[in-house]
Amino acid sequence: MALAARRHHRRAPVVVLAMALLLTGSLYAALSASPAGAADRMGTDAVAAGEKLFQANCATCHGMGATGTADAPSLVGVGAAAVDFQVGTGRMPMAASGPQAPAKPVQMDAEQIAQLAAYVASLGDGPAIPSAEQVDPSRGDPATGMAVFRTNCAMCHNAVGAGGALSGGVSAPNLWNTSPTHLYEAMITGPGQMPVFNDINITPQEKRDVIAFIDQQGGTQPGGLDLGSLGPVSEGLWAWVLGLGLLIGAAVWIGARSS
Amino acid sequence: MTATPTSRPGTRAPAPMVPPTRAARAAAGTADYLDQRTGIGLAVKGLARKLFPEHWSFMLGEIALYSFITLLLSGVFLTMFFVPSMNEVHYTGPWTALQGTQMSEAYASTLRLSFEVRGGLLMRQIHHWAALIFMAAIITHMMRVFFTGAFRKPREINWVIGFTLMVLGLAAGFSGYSLPDDVLSGNGLRITDGLMRGIPIIGTYASYFLFGGEFPGQDLIPRLFTVHVLLVPGLILALVGLHLAFVFLHKHTQFPGSGRSNTNVVGFPLFPVYVAKAGGFFFVVFGVIALMAGTMQINPVWNYGPYDPSPVSAGSQPDWYMLFLDGALRLMPGQVEWVIGTFTVPLNVLIPGMVVPGVLLGGLALYPFIEAYASGDRREHHVLDRPRNVPFRTAVGVSVLTAFLVLVLAGSNDLVATRFHLSINSITWVLRFALFVAPAIAFVLTKRICLALARRDREIVLHGHESARIVRFASGEYLEVHTPLDEHERWIRVQHDPVRPLEIAPAEDSRGVRRRGYAKDRRRQRLSRLFFEDRVEPVTPAELAAAQSHGAHDELPTSPGPDQLTGAVTGGDSPRTLGLDGATGARER
Amino acid sequence: MTSIEKHQSPVHTGTGEGLPERFDDPGLPPHEPRRGDLDPAADKTSERIVLALFGLSTLGTIGFLVAYFALPTGQDAATIQRSNMALGLALACALLGIGAAAIHWAKSIMNNHERVEDRHSVASSPEVREAAVANLVAGAQDSGISRRGLLKSALVGSLALFPLTIVVPLVGEVGENWDVASFKRTLWRKGLRLTTDPSGRPIKAADVTVGSIWHVIPEGLEEAPHPLDEKAKAVVIVMRLDQADLVEAPERRDWSHEGIVAYSKICTHVGCPVALYEKDSHHLLCPCHQSTFDVADGCRVVFGPAKRPLPQLPITVDDEGYLVAQSDFTEPIGPSFWDRLR
Repeated sequence: MALAARRHHRRAPVVVLAMALLLTGSLYAALSASPAGAADRMGTDAVAAGEKLFQANCATCHGMGATGTADAPSLVGVGAAAVDFQVGTGRMPMAASGPQAPAKPVQMDAEQIAQLAAYVASLGDGPAIPSAEQVDPSRGDPATGMAVFRTNCAMCHNAVGAGGALSGGVSAPNLWNTSPTHLYEAMITGPGQMPVFNDINITPQEKRDVIAFIDQQGGTQPGGLDLGSLGPVSEGLWAWVLGLGLLIGAAVWIGARSS
Repeated sequence: MTATPTSRPGTRAPAPMVPPTRAARAAAGTADYLDQRTGIGLAVKGLARKLFPEHWSFMLGEIALYSFITLLLSGVFLTMFFVPSMNEVHYTGPWTALQGTQMSEAYASTLRLSFEVRGGLLMRQIHHWAALIFMAAIITHMMRVFFTGAFRKPREINWVIGFTLMVLGLAAGFSGYSLPDDVLSGNGLRITDGLMRGIPIIGTYASYFLFGGEFPGQDLIPRLFTVHVLLVPGLILALVGLHLAFVFLHKHTQFPGSGRSNTNVVGFPLFPVYVAKAGGFFFVVFGVIALMAGTMQINPVWNYGPYDPSPVSAGSQPDWYMLFLDGALRLMPGQVEWVIGTFTVPLNVLIPGMVVPGVLLGGLALYPFIEAYASGDRREHHVLDRPRNVPFRTAVGVSVLTAFLVLVLAGSNDLVATRFHLSINSITWVLRFALFVAPAIAFVLTKRICLALARRDREIVLHGHESARIVRFASGEYLEVHTPLDEHERWIRVQHDPVRPLEIAPAEDSRGVRRRGYAKDRRRQRLSRLFFEDRVEPVTPAELAAAQSHGAHDELPTSPGPDQLTGAVTGGDSPRTLGLDGATGARER
Repeated sequence: MTSIEKHQSPVHTGTGEGLPERFDDPGLPPHEPRRGDLDPAADKTSERIVLALFGLSTLGTIGFLVAYFALPTGQDAATIQRSNMALGLALACALLGIGAAAIHWAKSIMNNHERVEDRHSVASSPEVREAAVANLVAGAQDSGISRRGLLKSALVGSLALFPLTIVVPLVGEVGENWDVASFKRTLWRKGLRLTTDPSGRPIKAADVTVGSIWHVIPEGLEEAPHPLDEKAKAVVIVMRLDQADLVEAPERRDWSHEGIVAYSKICTHVGCPVALYEKDSHHLLCPCHQSTFDVADGCRVVFGPAKRPLPQLPITVDDEGYLVAQSDFTEPIGPSFWDRLR
């Protein structure tokens, strides 16, 4: 004990502590982003982060640099809107190959989607993510929306957006739970077999009108239960099962011997 | 009744009964008033206590009748508001998605009726649900009549009337749902136009005739309105009256049962039993339809939009009773369009649109006459067949139904594809083959099942029901006790008289000269064999006796007698409860 | 057993001598009384149930009237649905109550002894038939028609002819001007601009990007005498494909413009609008019966019940860059008909 007491300076612990603090502080400062200047760094950082995400999740099929492979098309020029739509509805990353990428639970959070979108947007000019005002249903006219929808969309998605069949196992999905932003992005990017509806074909105002129309669908129907909004086939099925079923049941009751 | 002179002079009228209450006096007075002017007493005498047999399946036709009355009642309401005009107007009602949209007055009046008239939507939905149930009930009733052979003499005419009613029902439904002039029904009309144009030589003129010019024209909705509200209902009413008159005239058929024969009717009187049951059933039918109309939306034309030749919706189908036509159109491959010189014959449209329904409907209409020709049976039939005893007919019916179902499924193929995540192209290919394969399989299966059931009936008659009681003899032998049928149960299984294939005179007479008409007779005999060769004959008393005896063994002393069968496994049952009085126990060999 | 029981021969065991050929009808089974027939309390219960059901019906009617006066309609989907459901359920109650009451009454209270009556053959008796025939013969003799063959023919002939007075004008007028040649013409002609459906905006070729589909009507459609009739023939779809993917017949090379092609929207099967464009496979699918056309190969049929490809509209651009037609379609659009090729 007497030996150890004379080897170290009386103030040695203080110096060690100070050095430890300095070391920890430096490491921390070096490895974490400081709040000041975050906005600037978001730009280039997002693209870089997006590139990393892309290489980890997408490049296997879409190729390094997103130039496309035999399995998947090139993403140069599809724009941020396409990425926001595909990844934001869970369609991408695709879980298994098939005729269509179905919507499924979203795999990335909002920040990651934004980063991916920024990266893909940086590869070439393409449609941007619409603003909140552009997709606000309260600013759209449902009557114009229905007229546009009826001519351009109902043949695939059904008159009220309940969904419909295309060839080869592909289907146009039900639109009632799709967000206004995703609706807009789908129109402008034409995902999968869906055609592209640019802003001359369906103007931005008309797109908002379509969103306003779809926003009204899927709720209370004037006549009661909507039976899936699938038309005469489901109505016929219910007429047989419920209508005739109840009536034949009544007939059996009438004809049965009373106890 | 006040004292009135009878028709023969010199006789006195019977002493009048004094009615006890004022209501009864009023009723009696009315009856007297009518009878003095119409002679209605005879009809009342004949009809009031007329007997009708009881069975739930006899009420299927009533479902059709009462849903038709519901259609008439709700339809009158609708005609007060519907405007059958194709003049264009701009919408100014409460439905925001159609504000300012250009549409025909027919469509606009339908919207006004649905949204702004109290009870209007209810009446529309009652009308449409009733139409679907009307057609469903007709088909079900027709199946009952078919499978029980109620179309046999003397009811062939009634079958043809019923068939015509079915076709009129199709016309009424199709014209009715096309009236609102919406995109869905309008595309159906476009398809009808395409079908008609394809008819050789006269097709384009037929199309011009129907639409009063080019499609869609200005005249179609008003014409359909006349067809739907006047012509078809008028014809239906007249034919329904005739249909019911025949049922009264022929008296209703009855299912086989003890006490029921071809020369009697066993049942309950029209007044009061069937007035109450049938009258009550009308209220039940109307009530169920109202229940559906109040809770389940049908034909929401505001979602489809006013008719325009450009838009179309995914999942475009007609009402269910037309699906077999749409399905046939979808399944037909496209290569079969013939061009003869400069003339085009689109068989890819004509075969599914004209030939398939022609064959199906024509076959249905003619079936009673084909079967009568094959059986040579000229007797009147008032006792129904049990389907298992007529295996060929039952199998034909099931296979036609199977074909119909395949076509209905084909008509819904895009909805099936979406729902079950299948390829619409694969479904179409599978159903193309299924249309031929499935009815063939159904025919074979059904016939086998019928014959098996009929054989089972024989077994039950001969050996009784298995009672699940096992008896052990002192000798160590086990057998299951069978309870013999009582005479009422047995009668149902042995009463039928199956038709046997026709016998024809030999080909050559005694001198070896081939007689004329032999080839025709031979063809008829072949047809007859096809229908009636495979059958199961009912058990006769001699066969039952043979089954219950054991031949030489009856005389053997070691045959177990009734007293030896006591002390069974279940304990202490006397021969009486085992049903073994007299005869030896039914030994299962 | 009731008095109408038939004679029943006993079934013997043994060798089968003296047995009838077929079993005999054992006659009606014995009548089984209902609880209500035996127990007055049960009968009273049945009566109460019937009364309650009639009461339910009355409540339903009252409910219906209350709903009719109290619930408004004509505002939005929710209020309309409320009114519809209230009226419907009340009406159902009113009706089902009466129905169930009448049926329960019939089943549990009314006399349920089965009765029997005879059937007679439907055909009239021979005496009646003879008398009927005799009457007809007498009537025919009275008419003097026998031996007057000319009279018979004249009667039949004029009766057969007179319906023409009704049928000819009916058929003749119902078909309007019978101008069936109009099926072979549409509004399209040289220089007519392609415009968007339904807004009517002209389309610049540069705006039609690869992978897009435009629904098109001819300029000036609304001014035509029968706009919907013309639209039913003149609707067109315009798509742009990569020129590398497009396979064109030599004589149709100049019918497209830089990969932009225009085809009739009316299906050649039975006339529905062919509108589903599958961009990646460049197939056009008709939703009615699933006819599928390959846009990259002259819209030939690749699946389904159609036989002929969609007619192509020859297009080009005018000086301002807008898409215009070069002429009408070179064949009748839509479904096939007898003299389509004449």
